[in-house]
Amino acid sequence: MSAGAAALTLYDKIVAAHTVRRIDEAHVLLYIDRHILNEYTSPQAFSGLATAGRRVRRPAANFGVVDHVNPTLPARTAYIADSQAARQVEYFGENCRAEGIEMFGLLDARQGIEHVVVPEQGIALPGMVIACGDSHTTTYGALGALGFGIGTSDVEHVLATQCIVYRPLRNMRIRIDGELAPGVSAKDLIMAIIRRIGVAGATGYAVEFAGEAVQRLDVAGRMTLCNMIVEAGARGAVMAPDEAVAAFLQGRPHAPRGANWLAAQADWQGLRSDDDAWFEQDLQLDAADVAPLVTWGTSPDQSVPITAMAPDPREEPNPERRRAMEQALAYMGIAAGAPMQSLRIDRAFIGSCTNGRLEDLRAAAQVLAGRKVAPHVRAMIVPGSSQVRRDAEREGLHQIFTDAGFEWRQSGCSMCLAMNDDVLGPGERCASSTNRNFEGRQGRGGRTHLMSPAMVAAAAVAGYLADVRSVGGA
Amino acid sequence: MAVFTSVSGVAAPLPQANLDTDVIMPKQFLKGITRDDLARGVFFDLRFDAHGAERTEFVLNQPAYRQSRFLVVGPNFGCGSSREHAVWGLSQLGIRAIIGSSFGSIFQDNCYRNGLLPICLLPHEVQRLLVLCADADCAQLRVDLLEQMVELPDGSRIAFSIDALRREDLLNGRDAIASTLQFAAEIDAFEHSHWRQHPWLAPKLAGE
Repeated sequence: MSAGAAALTLYDKIVAAHTVRRIDEAHVLLYIDRHILNEYTSPQAFSGLATAGRRVRRPAANFGVVDHVNPTLPARTAYIADSQAARQVEYFGENCRAEGIEMFGLLDARQGIEHVVVPEQGIALPGMVIACGDSHTTTYGALGALGFGIGTSDVEHVLATQCIVYRPLRNMRIRIDGELAPGVSAKDLIMAIIRRIGVAGATGYAVEFAGEAVQRLDVAGRMTLCNMIVEAGARGAVMAPDEAVAAFLQGRPHAPRGANWLAAQADWQGLRSDDDAWFEQDLQLDAADVAPLVTWGTSPDQSVPITAMAPDPREEPNPERRRAMEQALAYMGIAAGAPMQSLRIDRAFIGSCTNGRLEDLRAAAQVLAGRKVAPHVRAMIVPGSSQVRRDAEREGLHQIFTDAGFEWRQSGCSMCLAMNDDVLGPGERCASSTNRNFEGRQGRGGRTHLMSPAMVAAAAVAGYLADVRSVGGA
Repeated sequence: MAVFTSVSGVAAPLPQANLDTDVIMPKQFLKGITRDDLARGVFFDLRFDAHGAERTEFVLNQPAYRQSRFLVVGPNFGCGSSREHAVWGLSQLGIRAIIGSSFGSIFQDNCYRNGLLPICLLPHEVQRLLVLCADADCAQLRVDLLEQMVELPDGSRIAFSIDALRREDLLNGRDAIASTLQFAAEIDAFEHSHWRQHPWLAPKLAGE
């Protein structure tokens, strides 16, 4: 400990570099480099600002993205049938225009899910602190940026001050070594981590991902990891940026250029934890031990390998956990001990800020090429951004999807949280590449099984939850 | 923001673990542009059946608990989505404090921002309150933020600790933005040096 007293984690370094002042023992005033806004968690913040007679302090440090409430119909128009949603989008536009905030509106070529769009546009850079009124802001850790979600009151606070009153988190490191088996993806890794540490296992922590298996992931896979660690309660994730991150960012619209690019790259070399930095928790995982996972319950840690059975509550000695299991199984309409592959699905959904990137679509297309969706399944692909949609079309992926019987839709958050009209009906069972299987999340009474995009594709073809390793193609 | 000093009232037990903000405030209530009219949305699927009728078995629909001022909750209450609507709705329903062993961290911040007091106790203390409050005749509590304690009907007290800064905010109903704006000159100075050291971080408006 004494030798490590001055050693800092990457998280500590980013927080220190953004500390405007210490407020008290526990809090600092933290500077926010970029603030991302969406139409559903910002309206009351803008109204609050106006009521108090305040203005946005640094308009150019803010970006607005329409993503949560918009329809994803295959033909995009500005029309939104839901009058409340339409008003939200309209109000968002009014506010962004009045305050001089750049906004990616519904018909903008850059529109998409905020956490897909922000990296895509080169807005998130290593070493930054980024806040957004959305819990999945942890995604930007994949680029070496500290991102975290905030509520609407703090959105207003950031708009007015470009800062936040921040209580630094404790440090946790998750090292993943070894090699992923065929058919196993970053989604399975993060689901395995959540399964192991539980949905509050990282509450109060910032998580640094490290290890050779993490370094071997492409940037999209790293985003999947950082994005979904919030489901274990983490309020921030980081990863030391490497050449893959630099290659990902170079040439993107908001990425630095020329002399700034060179200076930035030199600076980013220092964005790593010191060798003797201390982590209050240090977990290890062997990627080779991870199998494709699916959730059986209503909490993201309630998962099993696809080849396994749903748990039997009678084997759970703890009465509270037993009751929780029984309740989850009842909601999900699953018999105790039922084989996961015996569950017949009604819907298949590929998309979301967790798994709506081009790499995710490619993984699904590999499974779907030359195959058909089971006749009883309604299957949808909602690209993570309009750019992802165009890129996928350039590669011909949309042809594979539509030939297989998937709907090829426009971008948005869509059925991940079902704020728009993409909703599960009561009792409908859905294989979903999203991040939350909460009761009612995708529609009242809807039954969500979380899994990787390739696994969703396999399930869509089989008509039942299925093992992508036996369906093949992945 | 509402000031919190001492509040007395009924506490309703909600022992289920991991009650997430989707359950606390479902999606159909997130489409407004104001903070108003969210009381009906709170625990909507638990409080109302598919036809909109009250589910009599749900604790907040039972006569003894309809006027609850407190919730005693299971672990990790408020996990999931950042939606502050969950907190606005709970406040509008009359809830002033939530007592549990752990909370979703964005939800907890949102509570502080709205004068709703999240109280963290040890699991066995929460368990004691859950058992107590399950009997409507014993569910009357007093929560005192000055003294940092929960008082039970028999006069016994459970002390709680709370972040000092958040306590001050709640006791005074302080405007957090005004507090931060006192440091506007320091923020300016920070920006100046931050951007000099990292010029690529300086934001530029489109076309600049």
